[in-house]
Amino acid sequence: MSEVKKIATRESYGNALAELGAQHDNLVVLDADLAGATKTGVFKKAFPDRHIDCGIAESNMIGIAAGLATTGKVPFASTFAMFAAGRAFEQVRNSVGYPHLNVKIGATHAGISVGEDGATHQCNEDIALMRTIPGMVVINPADDIEARAAVKAAYEYVGPVYLRFGRLAVPVINTNPDYKFEIGKGVTLREGTDVTIIATGLCVNSALEAAEMLAKDGISAMIVNIHTIKPLDEELVVKAAKATGKVVTVEEHSVIGGLGGAVCETLSAKAPTPVLRIGVQDVYGESGPAAALLAKYKLDGAGVYEQIKAWL
Amino acid sequence: MTTLELQKMANEVRKSIVTGVHSAKAGHPGGSLSAADLFTYLYFEEMNIDPKNPTDPDRDRFVLSKGHTAPGYYAAMAHRGYFPVEEMVTLRHIGSHLQGHPCMQHLPGVDMSSGSLGQGISAAVGMALAGKMDGKSYHVYTLLGDGEIQEGQVWEAAMFAGHRKLDNLTVIVDNNGLQIDGNIADVCSPYPIDKKFEAFNFYVINVADGNDMEQLRAAFEKAKTVKGMPVAIIMKTVKGKGVSFMENQASWHGTAPNDEQYAVAMADLEKVGEALCQK
Repeated sequence: MSEVKKIATRESYGNALAELGAQHDNLVVLDADLAGATKTGVFKKAFPDRHIDCGIAESNMIGIAAGLATTGKVPFASTFAMFAAGRAFEQVRNSVGYPHLNVKIGATHAGISVGEDGATHQCNEDIALMRTIPGMVVINPADDIEARAAVKAAYEYVGPVYLRFGRLAVPVINTNPDYKFEIGKGVTLREGTDVTIIATGLCVNSALEAAEMLAKDGISAMIVNIHTIKPLDEELVVKAAKATGKVVTVEEHSVIGGLGGAVCETLSAKAPTPVLRIGVQDVYGESGPAAALLAKYKLDGAGVYEQIKAWL
Repeated sequence: MTTLELQKMANEVRKSIVTGVHSAKAGHPGGSLSAADLFTYLYFEEMNIDPKNPTDPDRDRFVLSKGHTAPGYYAAMAHRGYFPVEEMVTLRHIGSHLQGHPCMQHLPGVDMSSGSLGQGISAAVGMALAGKMDGKSYHVYTLLGDGEIQEGQVWEAAMFAGHRKLDNLTVIVDNNGLQIDGNIADVCSPYPIDKKFEAFNFYVINVADGNDMEQLRAAFEKAKTVKGMPVAIIMKTVKGKGVSFMENQASWHGTAPNDEQYAVAMADLEKVGEALCQK
């Protein structure tokens, strides 16, 4: 087997910003002393006058982004998911969401794959927090191709967008030449008849690996990649649930309020279906290498396979 | 406008504040009245604005960081022509564009939604930064409460504004001395306010009486001469100014007058108006 190319979606974020910045003068990037880690440093190098380092003050950064947006600029406010969605939640809610300003939030280092920094920096709550804000678009891309496409789509969309990126290099999986990114449109990556696995972010790859293992056991799994958690592709979720009668959600996020929550909310109203929510089980993360953590919390291919097998 | 004309207008603004809050049976008269002269000065004398063209990219901006004093803000906007003064009685009513705290989606002319304390100043800083980036000549004003500056975000924003030398930004602090739980010096003292802003690289102008139009004019004229740093105008005011029973009473921070109190308040303001007409 040839080596699969791996890129962290935070790298994709920085690269996409630099590319878009060359085309659009109104694109500005804000950071809070993490330009090296969020990869906005790539943009800064190309467009130093349009890169605004706010220092370690995320709440103020979101407010400045809001003020910039009122003048017609398209700010991408960047920091770790913990601080973008967590610390600055109320600034995002009241200064960006309520006035529906055209601010994009680039949140990197989401989930337990942050690794060694441990629980304080591993945000497993951001999708839940952000999707409760009226009018907020929430996107969690699976790989480099999707992440770059998502940044471009977020720029073109008028209104607030929360973009979730990871620290860990992840396999490039959306290599289908027909791949097309559209906000709010899920992608069926594999057809199946026994169970539907709906995954997001780096867990899409885990789901694909799990599907291979399930296939060896004679279980046919459909794989749906939901990169946009809000607005959720309800039509696809309902269709996929009805096709197999069993749904599993997989995400590197708390099982409370994230993709699993969103899918259950939709299915309970439109197509009641048993759902297994795979994710971080209402616990904090811990320090360790990212791959080891994903294995321990059963979010790698083997862990996802094991949980689905036990449930079916 | 002449100082006398501004004083008369400020008195009309005060009447509209009391009328709006009375009609709403809720709202924040104390801090609206303490800043009524400031609202009037900004909207009738200082700012380069046109109520007919509220989205002009070159207009001056105002962010009411102490968003709960929306009645004062709305009253000045109404008298300036952004919407009919008669609509002040819809304040806080269902379906009104006069929300309890300012909302730019509801009311044209509001440059930023605000009300959650500490957040407005950051947005104002963002507007000022955009002006610098684009080489625009507009100016940005933001009004903070003296209780509001207990919020840490205010100092994050101040640090950034000082660092970036945003001399197109004027921060005004309404130092009426009172917050919901009492005297600001007793609750959690923000004093010395001027030295704090100085330490954050602001040019500070202290105004001994922010309810005196001449002193406000002097402060804003002085502010125009400052280059290379943002300006903070710290103005001492009287909470509830102009309504006898509300003056210097923390209890009137967020309470509406009943019918009898409303009559007394309006009589107080009528008297002020008559005295101004004698001048």
